[in-house]
Amino acid sequence: MSLAKCERELKMVLKECGNKNEALLPCLHVACEKCGYLTEEIITFLAKELNLPPVEVYSVATFYSMFNLQRQGKYVIRICVSLPCYLRGSKKILETLKDELNIETGQTTKDKKFTIEAVSCLGLCDKAPAMMVNKEVYGNLTPKKVKKVILQYKAKR
Amino acid sequence: MKVVLKNIEKRGYKGNIDSYLKEGGYNAFKKALKMKPDQILFEIKKSKLVGRGGAAFPTELKWEFAKKCKEYPKYVVCNADEGEPGTFKDRIILENDPHLVLEAMIICGFTVGAEEGFIYIRGEYFKAYEILKRAIEEAERNNFLGKNILGSNFSFKITLFRGAGSYVCGEETALLDSLEGKKGQSRVKPPFPTFVGFKNKPTVLNNVETFANIPEIILKGGDWFSQIGSPLSCGTKLYCLSGDVNRPGVYELPANITLKELIEKCGQGVRGKLKAILPGGVSSNLLTDKELNITLDYPSVQKAGSMLGSGAVIIINDSRCIVDLAKRCAEFFDYESCGKCAPCREGTKRTREIFANITQGQGNLSDILLLKELQEVMYDTSRCGLGQAALNAVRSIIEKFPGEFKEHISKKKCKLKICPM
Ligand SMILES: Cc1cc2nc3c(=O)[nH]c(=O)nc-3n(C[C@H](O)[C@H](O)[C@H](O)COP(=O)(O)O)c2cc1C
Ligand code: SF4
Ligand code: FES
Repeated sequence: MSLAKCERELKMVLKECGNKNEALLPCLHVACEKCGYLTEEIITFLAKELNLPPVEVYSVATFYSMFNLQRQGKYVIRICVSLPCYLRGSKKILETLKDELNIETGQTTKDKKFTIEAVSCLGLCDKAPAMMVNKEVYGNLTPKKVKKVILQYKAKR
Repeated sequence: MKVVLKNIEKRGYKGNIDSYLKEGGYNAFKKALKMKPDQILFEIKKSKLVGRGGAAFPTELKWEFAKKCKEYPKYVVCNADEGEPGTFKDRIILENDPHLVLEAMIICGFTVGAEEGFIYIRGEYFKAYEILKRAIEEAERNNFLGKNILGSNFSFKITLFRGAGSYVCGEETALLDSLEGKKGQSRVKPPFPTFVGFKNKPTVLNNVETFANIPEIILKGGDWFSQIGSPLSCGTKLYCLSGDVNRPGVYELPANITLKELIEKCGQGVRGKLKAILPGGVSSNLLTDKELNITLDYPSVQKAGSMLGSGAVIIINDSRCIVDLAKRCAEFFDYESCGKCAPCREGTKRTREIFANITQGQGNLSDILLLKELQEVMYDTSRCGLGQAALNAVRSIIEKFPGEFKEHISKKKCKLKICPM
């Protein structure tokens, strides 16, 4: 099921990298992007294609924080909790997010729309406190601004 | 004086290949193509350029070692994993002047005899990734990349590679493992990547900002570059000012500016009253207002007991509880430790626990001694820079703010009412 959604793309990446180990991270990126998360099916498929033990693929997949083994929300909110953002109030921003979405850090809303992740510095410290929603960047956040952003995403289908 | 941001700070500069060519882009490469690799190395040597990624290692030496290696193929890797909290300069360069970095990597390839390069860019830099992708296509179309570049017998290709959310992958050997499709865990050094790098082949690995200096050095000469800044630290440095400062941002300045000037002239002063400064991000030792007059070059900051690192200058005002901040740093390193070696894996965990206790009013005076000991053991025995530097900030906080620390432990009191006592 999950593999069907990304098999074609995965095969393309594998071919580009000559089925070498270097293809693993690019493949995991593609799979996460297309399916939202990594299933056992995807992991065993990649292991077979790359001639690796499945546990090796699994260990790589769990090492990196951007790869997920659980279904994520449609919108993944990455909020920076490193020092420069903390100094500019990231704690309040995180609390606002949790309140607005009624979930804890690391959780996904019941409707599978939002996931909150507390992450290390995003390289946006000149706009601290900062967060990303999927690929979109939001900086100089205030609780008010965060609420507005969430409202916009809630309105999206 | 601008070297790295010279294009970016020009009005109307777009960063695409037309803009870049209009500003004289790829002229440095064309010049290099007519030089002998040893002449190129000589100019870089004279420039006294050192790495901007944190370790301040002479760039020329890396290139020279790699060039002398008889192993083939050789590789050029650009470290664009920028993850040190408080650092955002590489993003500015990549998003606004990607060809500057490509040109430098091509020159590097030509000099050391490599035909393939990689840019390891952190996974969260989606925008920079797209911009770089386009820039590489542009360079290929104009035959600055590809086979027999500009009619020469030199060929070079650059591949973009995305990281996936791991701070330690910025460490050069962890980066190489990650690039090979493995977990990003550091290798034992030596051998250094210049000799045994990507797929065990000679590899030149430089930071984005380091590369961004190369084209100007080739065009204007190493002597010109070494006149900028101070004799101890040549050229300019990109300082990333963040935290409690009125105007955070990236400022490119000759490396002979003082900390005070940076904060006041560029940052328009501290928000509130100054308490402390982390001159090189959370891995560096804290400085206080007594040290405002130090010059922000590598040796001077080191002499003051800290390090400039990647240039992440984080300002902290007096409304912050220093123990709370130490706890934050401890949490960061615990989260990012890769777990490969015991001193760091266990040390970062224990440090985090100790701070959780102290900030909840359950600390012991012996904790202070324990933290100092942990710092020493981790500094001496950790496998990579992450563990070695993880407790630098903590240690300096204990030494520079002993009163505040002891108050949390003995009186179980946080004067600023920030810790949940
Ligand atoms: C934990 C850790 C993280 C690092 N992160 C980065 C980084 O994000 N970017 C970078 O260029 N160098 C980083 N470095 C330094 C690299 O290991 C390496 O020294 C540098 O990329 C070499 O390039 P340079 O000589 O041009 O500075 C890191 C080092 C350590 C120990
Ligand atoms: S010092 Fe830390 S990050 Fe570095 S190898 Fe050891 S456990 Fe991993
Ligand atoms: S500290 Fe938050 S983006 Fe850098």
